[in-house]
Amino acid sequence: MADHGIPGTTIFDGVMARKGYALNKMCYSFNDPGNRAAFLKDEDAYCAKYHLTAEQREAVRHKNVLEMIAAGGNVYYLAKLAGIFGLNVQDLGAQQTGMTVEAFKAKLQEAGRN
Amino acid sequence: MAEVVGGLGTSHVPAIGNAIAKGLQQDPYWKPFFDGFIEARAWLKRIKPDAVVMFYNDHGLNFFLDKMPTFAVGAAPQYNNADEGWGLPVLRPCRGDAEFSWHLIEGLVGDEFDVTTCQEMLVDHAFVVPLQLLWPEGDAPPVVPVAVNTVQHPLASPARCLKLGRSIGRAIASYKKDMRVLVIGTGGLSHQLDGARAGFINKEFDMECIDKITANPEGLINYTVDDIVRLSGTQGVELLNWIAMRGALLGRVSKAFCNYHIPISNTASALLVLDNEAAEARRAA
Repeated sequence: MADHGIPGTTIFDGVMARKGYALNKMCYSFNDPGNRAAFLKDEDAYCAKYHLTAEQREAVRHKNVLEMIAAGGNVYYLAKLAGIFGLNVQDLGAQQTGMTVEAFKAKLQEAGRN
Repeated sequence: MAEVVGGLGTSHVPAIGNAIAKGLQQDPYWKPFFDGFIEARAWLKRIKPDAVVMFYNDHGLNFFLDKMPTFAVGAAPQYNNADEGWGLPVLRPCRGDAEFSWHLIEGLVGDEFDVTTCQEMLVDHAFVVPLQLLWPEGDAPPVVPVAVNTVQHPLASPARCLKLGRSIGRAIASYKKDMRVLVIGTGGLSHQLDGARAGFINKEFDMECIDKITANPEGLINYTVDDIVRLSGTQGVELLNWIAMRGALLGRVSKAFCNYHIPISNTASALLVLDNEAAEARRAA
């Protein structure tokens, strides 16, 4: 099961891999620049082509990483989608923790001082 | 006969590739990280490896979830980098050594590690960034990639990864060619990109890992994969590549150099360089 008792953490196991397959497959396609362009040109059509579930489609529409993870997304694949939106892993971290990007970066710096 | 002349663990954060592309090595944010590699490159000039075996994890470039091997070994004369989708420059191909690969594969399968063999294999930032850091002129020796699944659980346990490394260490030692082999493990140390715990870093556990990878790798094998995720983060589990690297060092191991710096991107970055006095160990045995 996906809840392994680690706070704030979803383990990407068989349950999540099955649940997220369509979303992750779409994100994997973004290794191809033509596919990235096709997504930007018509997001609805591109998501429909990969048969995203309603939950996945809403998560992508909201550009919401926690929702994508709940819908089975794996961050290594989601990062390719985030790249299309111009978001890096600090932006993703800030969004998921409800912090500003500056506060999130400061938190990372702080971890080095302890 | 071939011998393992050293081991090296290094982070492989994609942002490092962008920093290299932009020439940011002297930038105050990056300098404490890049400076660690000055000493590592001087060490490489002393140990003069003719070949590299690299344990790393693919992040959705060569492998998708349709077919996800736990362990995959490259058996190609050349490995190409490619677009990973998030703006890293695509680098030129890396040389392989297919004959050496097949020797390692024979050894592994003989030891009941039933690996996936890849005569074509794209290599991502986890493979090319360490090569850029260690051989910035692009003159790296041939490399055998060993991809360890750290994406889709269940992952191989720390104990299993240590055994994988040991099997490769034995296979290297039985290779008939005179060859000086460097073993590299990439990724880590503690970091977590996903979830409400994103940004998690655990310096204390990283220090424990650096000490144990150096002197007591058995001290890590009782951890489960979930333990490592708890202590090191969802991507900190790339520590498995370091454990496999350490397993391949079967001689007398000592720390040559270590650099640790927080943060690089979302990661506690680390570089650990280990001498492996294999010849001396053989004489003593």
